[in-house]
Amino acid sequence: MPDLLIELFSEEIPARMQARAREDLRKLVTDGLVAAGLTYAGAAAFSTPRRLTLAIEGLTAESAPVREERKGPATTAPEAAIEGFLRSTGLTRDQLEVRDDKKGQVYFAVMTKSGRTAPAIVAEVLEATIRTFPWPKSMRWGAGQLRWVRPLHSILCILTTEAGAEVVPLDVDGIRAGNVTRGHRFLSKGDIAVSSFDDYVQKLKRAHVVLDSAEREAHIWADATNMAFAAGLEVVEDKGLLSEVAGLVEWPVVLMGRIGEDFLGLPPEVLQTSMREHQKFFSVRNPRTGRIEGFVTVANTETSDQGATILKGNQKVLAARLSDAKFFWENDLREAKAGMGKWLEGLTSVTFHNKLGSQADRIERIAALAREIAPLVGADPAAAEQAARLAKADLRSGMVGEFPELQGIMGRYYVHAALSANPPRPPSRGLDLAEGGPGSGPGRAVDAIANAARDHYAPLGPSDAVPSEPVSVAVALADKIDTLTGFWAIDEKPTGSKDPFALRRAALGVIRLVLGNGVRLEFAKILHESRDIAVQQEYEKSVERLTAQFVSDYSEATQTLAELMALQVGEVTHINQIWSEIEEAENRTQVSENQAHQIASAYAARAMQVGLHATWILRDDLLSFFHDRLKVFLKDQGIRHDVIDACLAMPGNDDLTLLVKRAEALAAFLKTDDGENLLQGFKRANNILTQAEAKDGVEYSYGADVKFAETDEERTLFAALDTAEAAIQPAMKAEDFGQAMSAMARLRAPIDAFFTAVQVNADNPVVRRNRLNLLSRIRTICLSVADLTKLEG
Amino acid sequence: MSITRPRSFQEIILRLQAYWAGKGCAVLQPYDMEVGAGTFHPATTLRSLGARPWAAAYVQPSRRPTDGRYGENPNRLQHYYQYQVIIKPSPPDLQDLYLGSLAAIGLDPSLHDIRFVEDDWESPTLGAWGLGWEVWCDGMEVSQFTYFQQVGGHDCKPVSGELTYGLERLAMYVLGIDHVMDMPFNDPQSPIPLVYGDIFRQTEEEYSRHNFDQADTDMLFQHFKDAEAECERILAADEMDKAGRRIVMAHPAYDQCIKASHLFNLLDARGVISVTERQAYIGRVRALARKCADAFVTTPTGQGA
Repeated sequence: MPDLLIELFSEEIPARMQARAREDLRKLVTDGLVAAGLTYAGAAAFSTPRRLTLAIEGLTAESAPVREERKGPATTAPEAAIEGFLRSTGLTRDQLEVRDDKKGQVYFAVMTKSGRTAPAIVAEVLEATIRTFPWPKSMRWGAGQLRWVRPLHSILCILTTEAGAEVVPLDVDGIRAGNVTRGHRFLSKGDIAVSSFDDYVQKLKRAHVVLDSAEREAHIWADATNMAFAAGLEVVEDKGLLSEVAGLVEWPVVLMGRIGEDFLGLPPEVLQTSMREHQKFFSVRNPRTGRIEGFVTVANTETSDQGATILKGNQKVLAARLSDAKFFWENDLREAKAGMGKWLEGLTSVTFHNKLGSQADRIERIAALAREIAPLVGADPAAAEQAARLAKADLRSGMVGEFPELQGIMGRYYVHAALSANPPRPPSRGLDLAEGGPGSGPGRAVDAIANAARDHYAPLGPSDAVPSEPVSVAVALADKIDTLTGFWAIDEKPTGSKDPFALRRAALGVIRLVLGNGVRLEFAKILHESRDIAVQQEYEKSVERLTAQFVSDYSEATQTLAELMALQVGEVTHINQIWSEIEEAENRTQVSENQAHQIASAYAARAMQVGLHATWILRDDLLSFFHDRLKVFLKDQGIRHDVIDACLAMPGNDDLTLLVKRAEALAAFLKTDDGENLLQGFKRANNILTQAEAKDGVEYSYGADVKFAETDEERTLFAALDTAEAAIQPAMKAEDFGQAMSAMARLRAPIDAFFTAVQVNADNPVVRRNRLNLLSRIRTICLSVADLTKLEG
Repeated sequence: MSITRPRSFQEIILRLQAYWAGKGCAVLQPYDMEVGAGTFHPATTLRSLGARPWAAAYVQPSRRPTDGRYGENPNRLQHYYQYQVIIKPSPPDLQDLYLGSLAAIGLDPSLHDIRFVEDDWESPTLGAWGLGWEVWCDGMEVSQFTYFQQVGGHDCKPVSGELTYGLERLAMYVLGIDHVMDMPFNDPQSPIPLVYGDIFRQTEEEYSRHNFDQADTDMLFQHFKDAEAECERILAADEMDKAGRRIVMAHPAYDQCIKASHLFNLLDARGVISVTERQAYIGRVRALARKCADAFVTTPTGQGA
């Protein structure tokens, strides 16, 4: 059984593509070999910046022969048909077999395709793999047509048996496969011939190449942590960076340096981000102070001065970078302490979306909405409003301009600086800022507002933590809800796989904020509120815009006024009055500021009416979008979609917390024996009832009387329903769904017994009606808990 | 390998010129127009099109009005120099040739950490893109290394290899200088030693003021329109001249495209182009670049005939 070794040697492969490329190479080659009839014992793929390597163990030396039989025409068939069959099989007539068939004698062709050798198959599979390799981006080079991630220089492809190694004959656009590779770009010279995978790994190591990225990662991490430990420091863990850095070096050499004294005052997030993004440095922390004081860089080479020149160079580059960061930080802090006015002003010229206004417009809306939401989440309305007004100011700061990923994080620092320099006015009500308690007072209020700048973007991903501070929750909800209602209003909803504005993520964020904090709110009302705020804002902006327009253009003003008169909009007398004022004016080329304002208001008010009208449809549509997202979310938590549907059909379904509480109780209930059986009993009762109602054309909903009961089972069911009703109603009122459902569960035995003993459709019409009305009580009681008709099974 | 360390900015330039001349490049002179980068030189943009082999190296003064810092920032300048090498088709040993050039200016790979870090290049104004790396020396970006895939909307066949060195930054590193204005321009032992600041500090200040505060934006908008119109007019002209010769004026048209690009950069520095307009202006320059490329590939040089 030969072993196969493949190496594709190229110019530097982007680090971020290597892991995927290893997997693709392994899969494409092994799938190809198997499809061609070979089998193998094991396969492993490796990468360095300059090579992709695949080692396959225990490959079969050739594919098995394949025997193929084909049925041809009857022996009596026309000559042409037989000739055709011979042509298609490549056989002569004496090679055909004649067999008996139902319809007489028939020709059969029996062909044996001999097996193919591993080298032939490997060559074919590898060439196809190279030509179709799924690089995220590939390129041509020189005068050739071949595509690879960067110029491909050589192919090593050998099959190794006990007898020795054999090069697989292969030529891809002039690159001929061989048994040679090359070592480290600077620390090794010349070609290296190899005879097996083990030989290859050892020779590469001697040539200063560590083949396995996992080994390089382990080496880097061990050296980095040891060096830091020796200096009384610790490396800040960063798995993503570790894997990236391991993809940038063939021979990792770890070097540690100190950050200049000048820069130690920068926020740790700034140091970390700057070092990681620009330099691919690890941060090194002083565990006693928590400050970032050093860095670890990973070079790709050993030098005669033990890396001194390299470290010095890196330190110098870092100093230049951090000088920039420090410049931004100091400038930004000055601006923040001055109240961030310039930034907030600047946000008026930053477009959020051309149909949804500027960032400043958006902030206005979020602030108004956060104020409304605040009492529902236990936050002070004034604090929530202020937090919303300041939360995005950092988007105009120099630091966030340089490092967009620091948005919010810088916001917290800057808002803190702004409020500490200009203390906020006292809260309107003493909610969470009551005097006297520990941690109360203005310091805590400032923290809450500053934290909202950092936390209002959260949760972003599904694993991102959900904010829990009331002010942050209020702003985070307002931010996302404004986004959703806004994009809904301009009809930019997600479709299929397209969700360019990440609206599904925003909706999931809202769901997690609400559920994670047990927030109780009538969601429909909040959505409505959000739209009202936007429509009102649009009204004010258009009045302003139109007023200016009408003042400057007399004809436009009078034309609009004429339109309004024709439409009989608003108080006609009022409009008429403006008209006559204008008519009377001596100067008939201009309307006054006041007149312009009145016309603009009347005109914009009309548009506002249209907007408000559309709100109802939008609200319901968006609510059902939320319900769909909630289903996906709960499904991940193991709650079936029909259980959710059963709860969605109940009143108050826009209170997501209540909805989920009900669904969880129902899901738990259905997992019990009683629950499952009760559901069957309910369905049976409901079926009989529905059929009877359809047949009789009446609704059996009232009037079951125990005095018409004929059997004990009937009487027991009457009593059980009375008991259940008495228990369920108060439990539902207290939203204790578990209690309500266990009361319902106690109906199981009486219902089962009833169906076993009693014939509902009795001959006596009075008894029958009474029994149907009794079933109706079962239905009514069960449906008061959840809509069980929606449940499957 | 033991190479003496260069002692001045100009010595680094001279060594690069000698090195690439030695490797067979035609050493050209800078293009005589204001450009944002060495890539704009027609020796790169236009010559990377068509099948004719090509090898050139040159210094290109480059202007980026928004980067002006009145000569105060140690690393940022609105006027600086790029060293540009362009070879078509890209030779198989281009990386080694490049590393040889670093050694020639005193960056010995046995002492330094030199790495190729993914950086794909794209020029929205030129309608051009390529794959390659930024080259790091001890953590500092010293060059851009690109295999051109498309220029002016045309596939590059064959592919050109392009090297761009940011000369000031590279030289500061080689010479161990912290502030660009302190860098020796000529040999410090010269009778009249000159540092970079002696030559450029005042001009940086003057141009910074001009670019940020004074450039007449109405006039710049008008010049932009003029350049755009002239470019299109030149390309729309009859291919036959008055004597009946076929002369497609790709280069004169491309000059107008370069002009439009620089005017856009000046307007951008003046802060009079909004975010949404920005894309539209870039699109207009790109449209010109494409038309110039379309014209060039119909010329004898562009066809490689």
